[in-house]
Amino acid sequence: MTQARGNVFLAGVGGQGALLASEVLGEAFLLGGYDVKKSEVHGMAQRGGAVTTHLRYGPKVFSPLIEPGTADLLIAFEKMEALRFAHFLSPEGAAVVNAQEIMPPSVATGRERYPERIEERLAGVTPNLYMVDALAAALSLREVRAVNMVMVGAASRLLPLPETCYLEALRGRLPERIVGVNEKAFRAGRALLAPRGAGR
Amino acid sequence: MSVPAREKVELLSGNEAIARGAHEAGVTVASAYPGTPSTEILENFARYEGVYAEWAPNEKVAVEVAHGASMAGARALAVMKHVGVNVAADPIFTASYTGVRGGFVIVTADDPELHSSQNEQDNRHYAVAAKIPMLEPSDSFEAKEFTRLAFALSERFDTPVFLRSTTRISHAKGAVRLGEVSGPPPALGFVRDPAKWVMLPDNARRRHAIVEERMRSLAEFAETFDGNRIEWGDRELGVITAGVSYQYVREAFPEASVLKLGMAHPLPSRLVREFAAGVSRVVVVEELDPHIETHVKALGVPVQGKEIIPIVGELSPRIVRDGISGKSVPVHPAEGLPGRPPNLCPGCPHRGLFYVLNRLKVTVAGDIGCYTLAALPPLGGMDTCVCMGASLGNAFGIEKALGKAALGKVVAVIGDSTFLHSGITPLIDIVYNRGFTTVIILDNRTTAMTGAQENPATGRTLMGEPTRRLDLAALCRAVGVDHVYTVNPHDMARTEAVLRRELFRGEPSVVITEAPCVLLPDHRRKKRPVYEVIPDLCTGCMACSKLGCPAIEWVPFTPEEAVAAGKKGSQKGMARINPLLCDGCNQCPPLCKFQAILEKKD
Ligand code: SF4
Ligand code: SF4
Repeated sequence: MTQARGNVFLAGVGGQGALLASEVLGEAFLLGGYDVKKSEVHGMAQRGGAVTTHLRYGPKVFSPLIEPGTADLLIAFEKMEALRFAHFLSPEGAAVVNAQEIMPPSVATGRERYPERIEERLAGVTPNLYMVDALAAALSLREVRAVNMVMVGAASRLLPLPETCYLEALRGRLPERIVGVNEKAFRAGRALLAPRGAGR
Repeated sequence: MSVPAREKVELLSGNEAIARGAHEAGVTVASAYPGTPSTEILENFARYEGVYAEWAPNEKVAVEVAHGASMAGARALAVMKHVGVNVAADPIFTASYTGVRGGFVIVTADDPELHSSQNEQDNRHYAVAAKIPMLEPSDSFEAKEFTRLAFALSERFDTPVFLRSTTRISHAKGAVRLGEVSGPPPALGFVRDPAKWVMLPDNARRRHAIVEERMRSLAEFAETFDGNRIEWGDRELGVITAGVSYQYVREAFPEASVLKLGMAHPLPSRLVREFAAGVSRVVVVEELDPHIETHVKALGVPVQGKEIIPIVGELSPRIVRDGISGKSVPVHPAEGLPGRPPNLCPGCPHRGLFYVLNRLKVTVAGDIGCYTLAALPPLGGMDTCVCMGASLGNAFGIEKALGKAALGKVVAVIGDSTFLHSGITPLIDIVYNRGFTTVIILDNRTTAMTGAQENPATGRTLMGEPTRRLDLAALCRAVGVDHVYTVNPHDMARTEAVLRRELFRGEPSVVITEAPCVLLPDHRRKKRPVYEVIPDLCTGCMACSKLGCPAIEWVPFTPEEAVAAGKKGSQKGMARINPLLCDGCNQCPPLCKFQAILEKKD
């Protein structure tokens, strides 16, 4: 992606740090010289519900919302949430999906089953699917809360900004004592996509 | 985007931009009650040097405090969500008559789509009804500029000014150029002027005439105000729009001519006529009610509006495109996925209480807060929820309708902050009018739903200062409740015993469930145990699942898997506790008859 404008849709579960990830991405695009708009819903969403952020960049952005069928990149922090919002992807869009499964209440209480074959269904929506294990990467850094920066790192391979923008944004947005581990998480995420993403 | 070096551009939410705008305008006193999507305005404003910002117990008090500060000459801000304006309407309607001294702005943050609200009322009606001008920004950049402008208008026209945001303005971020912080407000000091400040009928009658004159001047101002502007484009389609809808229109119809209205009240007339005369088709695109449309129609201008743009819910570029073009492109979201509604956090003290209420099979008159989430399955523990503080009056009303038959069958459930907001007066009603209602106050030491704000019962102010902590039990006794008991809701057996006793008492009683919200830093810092289900002991009875704790996960078995796991073929599955989520509240272990849930040793 080297285009002058784009739509990035982030989907996750309350508590996964998806909002902070979108803050860092938004800031990174601003530092990269783009106009940026970003929209999310707080409140009820904090309590383990589905959380989404619309992030748009370009020379001049009007609507803060992405329309279905027009996202260039879907960053999903949870597998089923990826599928829930996959219809936002444009036909050429790419998806970076954390393979982690988090049970919604109806599944956790045995009233419904967690859906099967999600990866297959996602592959049917986009030819550019990148499954990553962000939880494992975060746990290997001994910080489960770093899942979000691992995802930012992985997604950065598919976005047009230089690495310095993300790192500067991250330093500007996070409290100093957790900058170190989050930088590591970002790099670990970037490494996850290196082989396939490098040529893009 | 080229940015002159000395100007600082930041990515700000609408709320951050309003806070910044108020600071740049020289506001020194601000008061609010937290409510999504408005909460972050005061949280951000409070961080500026040299300002005073407070959480008021409710929105009415917030408006009165800001109005008072304005009377004394300070620039003052009151902030609330849309339904907060209902609570504050009383002082607002008369503040319109008194006018201001220091600039006085009231922010109303509306919530089309009800992302986190009990209704989606359109507060532009308040501007009309109270005869107060209203500005309506369409992104973060305008949110800051319009906030500054609102203070200027307030002082120039001697009126409170409404600034209306919506969720997609408040919680959307955009690039904002920071400006200079303006000098000190006009001279401070209260100047006696009964004809202006004492609203006895005679004075108020004269002020009403002044209000009408003011609205005429403001209507004139609206004709030339540069926030109301025509962007000429293709003359086939002309769209009149305001707020975030403007962005959707520009996105969906980049070529169209647009009349963008930055002032929702009063609306310009000549400008509308000029615009309508310049295009072949006029459409009004606005969220919720046909406020602009009604005005345009009253001018005799033929216009399309709510017959093609929905009145329910928020808009989007897609909805605008479909509505105006009359064609719709179908989208295909994945089907058959389990929903993911929000849930009470693992370890939330409310869960223990609602589990008990479920067992007691009582009618639960509920209220506004995190605990409203207990209305969802599996707890399903709430029967009514209307507005802040309604639980007590609703429970008392049910009781008065049913008489003695209601004894033991009805409770009111209300959070600490909500109780202080609007629950005290109905409690007085219950005592005064000889009721026997059982009121449960959930004291989790914070205003949790909106992200853990301080309140009078936490012992801290918005500015972080320690203060006298309100004693809920003493307050209830003081209004005449003789039976006030405090329980720990994590101890469900004890909570149930106390409630069984109080439910059947023929007098009012208050049970305070006291345990901290798990989001509070003090709680997070504490070392907490983690529990686990011992697989060999779990019989799959699902007793623990009924709590609905997000940490307790159900692992379904096929008969073969059950046998392989050493279970009866008929066992349908097994419980598992996610160690990353368990908060160690100890609510689930006593529910297991098989002692399968134990503290995890590492
Ligand atoms: S102890 Fe049980 S109920 Fe409490 S958080 Fe842990 S799993 Fe949930
Ligand atoms: S209550 Fe005990 S036996 Fe029953 S499902 Fe839960 S852990 Fe298993």
